[in-house]
Amino acid sequence: MSRIPKAFILSSAAVLVFLYLPVVILIVLSFNEASMGTEWKGFSLRWYEKLLSDPSIFQAAWNSLIIAGGSTVVSVVLGVGAAIGLEWGGPRLQWWSLGVVLPLVIPEILLGVALLMVFVTIQIPLGFFTIMIGHTVFGLPLTIVLVRARLRKLDPALAEAARDLGATPWRVMTRVTLPLLKPAMIGAALLNFTVSLDDFVVTFFVAGPGSTTLPLKVFSMIKTGVTPEINALSALLVIVSMMCVGVSWLFQQQGDRPGTGRWS
Amino acid sequence: MASVLFWGACFAVPLLVMLGVSFLSRGTYGGIEWIWTGDNYRRLADPLVLGIFLRSLAFALGTTLLCGVLGFPLAYCIARSPRHWQHVLLILVMIPFWTNFLVRTYAWVLIFRADGIVNGLVQLLGQTQEPLRLLFTDFAVFVGLVYGYLPFMILPLVVAIDRIPVQIEEAARDLFASRPATFRYVVLPLSQPGWVAGSMLVFIPSLGAFITPYLLGGGQRMMIGTLIQQEFLVARDWPFGAALSFGLMSLILFLWVGMGRKAREQAVL
Repeated sequence: MSRIPKAFILSSAAVLVFLYLPVVILIVLSFNEASMGTEWKGFSLRWYEKLLSDPSIFQAAWNSLIIAGGSTVVSVVLGVGAAIGLEWGGPRLQWWSLGVVLPLVIPEILLGVALLMVFVTIQIPLGFFTIMIGHTVFGLPLTIVLVRARLRKLDPALAEAARDLGATPWRVMTRVTLPLLKPAMIGAALLNFTVSLDDFVVTFFVAGPGSTTLPLKVFSMIKTGVTPEINALSALLVIVSMMCVGVSWLFQQQGDRPGTGRWS
Repeated sequence: MASVLFWGACFAVPLLVMLGVSFLSRGTYGGIEWIWTGDNYRRLADPLVLGIFLRSLAFALGTTLLCGVLGFPLAYCIARSPRHWQHVLLILVMIPFWTNFLVRTYAWVLIFRADGIVNGLVQLLGQTQEPLRLLFTDFAVFVGLVYGYLPFMILPLVVAIDRIPVQIEEAARDLFASRPATFRYVVLPLSQPGWVAGSMLVFIPSLGAFITPYLLGGGQRMMIGTLIQQEFLVARDWPFGAALSFGLMSLILFLWVGMGRKAREQAVL
């Protein structure tokens, strides 16, 4: 403990305050009775009541869940196959590995406008389907990266042992390799789901009428005027994210033994 | 195979379409006309557009630097804390990381608004002049960017510092290196992978940022991201929007290819 300089501890505390203060202010204001401004007029739950009596919020939440579920399934199914192919395919696939992660590297807005142009050009109506495709474009590389990291750590002797004992390649895959990849697959699925739920930029460009997701709803509320209802919705979203972090943390705790370099 | 097809159809093809459209002309009512032209790229050299590119570059660079300065002490503390503290601190950094970006940016709108938190405090302190103008300024955009991308710098740094054995630092101290010298000559060089990864994770998205300049910068304080959105959804000048997007894309690819394979691998997780 004494090895960490005092100045570092102090500035770390300041940075943590910087990270949390805006969120705390947001949550506090969501309980504010006042309908205008940020002056404290007393504790009230009326913005939550108003929010929860608005059916369009639930519709948006439902849309978000459907889209996140769909794109997660497609990303994980396609991603596991691609990861195995790339990992075992040898060095000639090196350029593919580079290309595959590109969607994660370029700014989201480029993905959004590029997809928008294609959808409009070939006249696919914007909506659920186009958003799901948009989310899969970054969900797939996410899965590939996570599953490949796990594949690299697998002991090749396990698959060899299965083959020596006369298992067919298919059996080795379904009984040895895939079960060993399960933690990475669950991790990738959780990550995909959260990232899709949270995505705004790509969704913003490829969404159509009737496919409003939760982030789009928040955005349109911010644009049409600052009412405390947004604070209530935002506070709810913050709490959901906290729970997601908690759950995925528990998963990791079960999967990995602590040791150095375990987050890589 | 299926994923190669998907990747081709939904990533490579859209980018090629974008490249193609950027060489076409804008129709009278906002559509695309099949007249080939290089005009859209010539318009990139317009001082106004060039100015926005430079502004965005400056913002992205400043954000990366400040995130590094703010992030390093916290990353070091996390990596060198006792186990149970490490978990608590990591969760504390992960929560904002996973909180909706839009919501986190909106929180700053509440703080910077004319009737927001800062102006409320200023008034409490007895400054009775007009409210400070904070929202829709460069300052607001900059704070929003740093706030938004700070966790992206901290997490890779924690991983990198965690990998440096404590004994190396102790050895430097035993050999009478001062504390600053230990940081300068031991910790900083050895945590380089974390710096590279963190910088890319902060620099690239802040260069193409859209939400932050839109909500905190308003119509006047533009960055490339807001300009592209405007060309596509407001001005409906797709060819020029596509040329802008390709300008941004080539800037980033240039960096990405230039930094070398090893650094690239570190940057992706």
